[in-house]
Amino acid sequence: MEKILVSCQGRTLDDPVDPRFGRAAYFLVVNPETMEFEVLDNTASRQMAQGAGIQAAEVAAGSGAKIVLSGFVGPKAFTALKAAGMRIGQGVDGLKVREAVERYQAGQVEITDRPTQSGHWT
Amino acid sequence: MIVAVASGKGGTGKTTVAASLVRAWDGPVQAVDLDVEEPNLHLFLHPEMEGGRRADMIVPLADQAKCNACRACAEICQFKAITVLGEYVVAFPEMCHGCGGCMAVCPTGAITEETRELGQVLWGWSGEARFLMGRLRVGEAMSPPLMREVVKHLDPERDAIIDAPPGTSCPPINAVRRADVIVLVSEPTPFGYHDLKLAREAFAPLGKPMGLVVNRAGLGDNQLYDYCRATGLPLLMEIPFDRRVAQAYSEGRVVIEACPEYAEAFGELVGRIRDLAVCERIEARRA
Repeated sequence: MEKILVSCQGRTLDDPVDPRFGRAAYFLVVNPETMEFEVLDNTASRQMAQGAGIQAAEVAAGSGAKIVLSGFVGPKAFTALKAAGMRIGQGVDGLKVREAVERYQAGQVEITDRPTQSGHWT
Repeated sequence: MIVAVASGKGGTGKTTVAASLVRAWDGPVQAVDLDVEEPNLHLFLHPEMEGGRRADMIVPLADQAKCNACRACAEICQFKAITVLGEYVVAFPEMCHGCGGCMAVCPTGAITEETRELGQVLWGWSGEARFLMGRLRVGEAMSPPLMREVVKHLDPERDAIIDAPPGTSCPPINAVRRADVIVLVSEPTPFGYHDLKLAREAFAPLGKPMGLVVNRAGLGDNQLYDYCRATGLPLLMEIPFDRRVAQAYSEGRVVIEACPEYAEAFGELVGRIRDLAVCERIEARRA
C-alpha cells in the first residue's frame, strides 16, 4: 500500500483540497485502504519568502507518502518531488480530500511528468 | 558625497528630481540609475554610452556522483536554492543569493561554481556628468546583486546622485545604504503620505540624514506637511503641481532645462542637501 499526500485547506478528509501545493495550509497523508490519515502542518513553508514549494517538497518527501495530489504543483516543487521519487497528480482542486483519494484509486487522476503552469518568477 | 533619491511610492518624481539635481549640482557629479528593474534616468539625461559589461553571480552546480547526502548545503542555505531529497542533491540556481555557503560547507567537493547572468552594467557621459546604470536581465528575480555590481563602478572623485528603486524592500535599502544623504520624494496625497511614512521608517535604522521633496505641491492634502512638523523631517523643496513639469517629463526633458524658472529652486536644493550632510558630520563629532 502506498500512502497518498494531499494538500488540504483543513485537517479532515472532508475539507477541500488546497489548490496550492507549496503554500497549502496542511498536508493529509492518507492510507487509501483504511482511509486513516495523519495531518502535517505546512506553516513553516507558507511563511517562507521564497522556496515554499521546495520546503513543502521536503516535508512531503519525509512523510512516507509516494504519491502527491494537489491542485497545482509549481516547477521547483515538481523538480524536488521528482528527485525524491514521488509521483504527482494535479488538478484535484475543487474536491474534498476524500474524493481526491477515491478518484486517484479509481485511476481517474493523471500522473503528470511536468508542471502544468510556470512559476511566479519565470 | 553620495545622495540617494528614494521614495516609498512609485511615480512620485524620483527620476524628475534626480535628473534636475544632476544638472544643478555644483561640482563634478555622476548620475547613477540603480532602479535596475526599470531604469529610466537615461531617458532624461540622454547619455552617450561608452561601454558596459555583463554582470554575473556565482551559483552552485551540484555533482550527484560526489554527494554523500549529508544535507550540510541544504541546512546552510536560507533560500532553498539547494537541497537534498532522499539521496539526491538538487540545486535551484535561480533562487540563489550568491553567498557561497553551500560550496564552503560541502565536505566532498560535490558543489562547484556556475554563473547566473544578472544583467548589464553600462556607463557613459551626459554632458559633464558621468552616467552609470544597471539593466537587470529579463527573468532575473533579484536586483540587489546587480546593484552591488553597478556601484563598484562609482568614481570616488565625483559626487553621486543615485536614482533608487521605489518601495521599502531589499532593492531600495541596497540603493540607499551607501548614501550620505537620502532625499525622499513624495506627493501630498493620502497614498503619498502613507508610503513616505513607510520609507522613512524603513530607512531610519540606517541613521542617515533624510529630507523631503514634495512633488505636485498644491494637489491633495496637508498630511505630508503635518508629518514633517511632527517628526522633524526637513522639507527641502516643493515642486508645484505644474502642467509644464509633467509635459517636460513626457518629452524626456530635464525639468530645469525645460522650465528654467525652476533652476534657482533646484540650486537651493543642492545647498540644503549639502547642509544636511554637514549637520550630520557635526552631530557625529559631538556624539
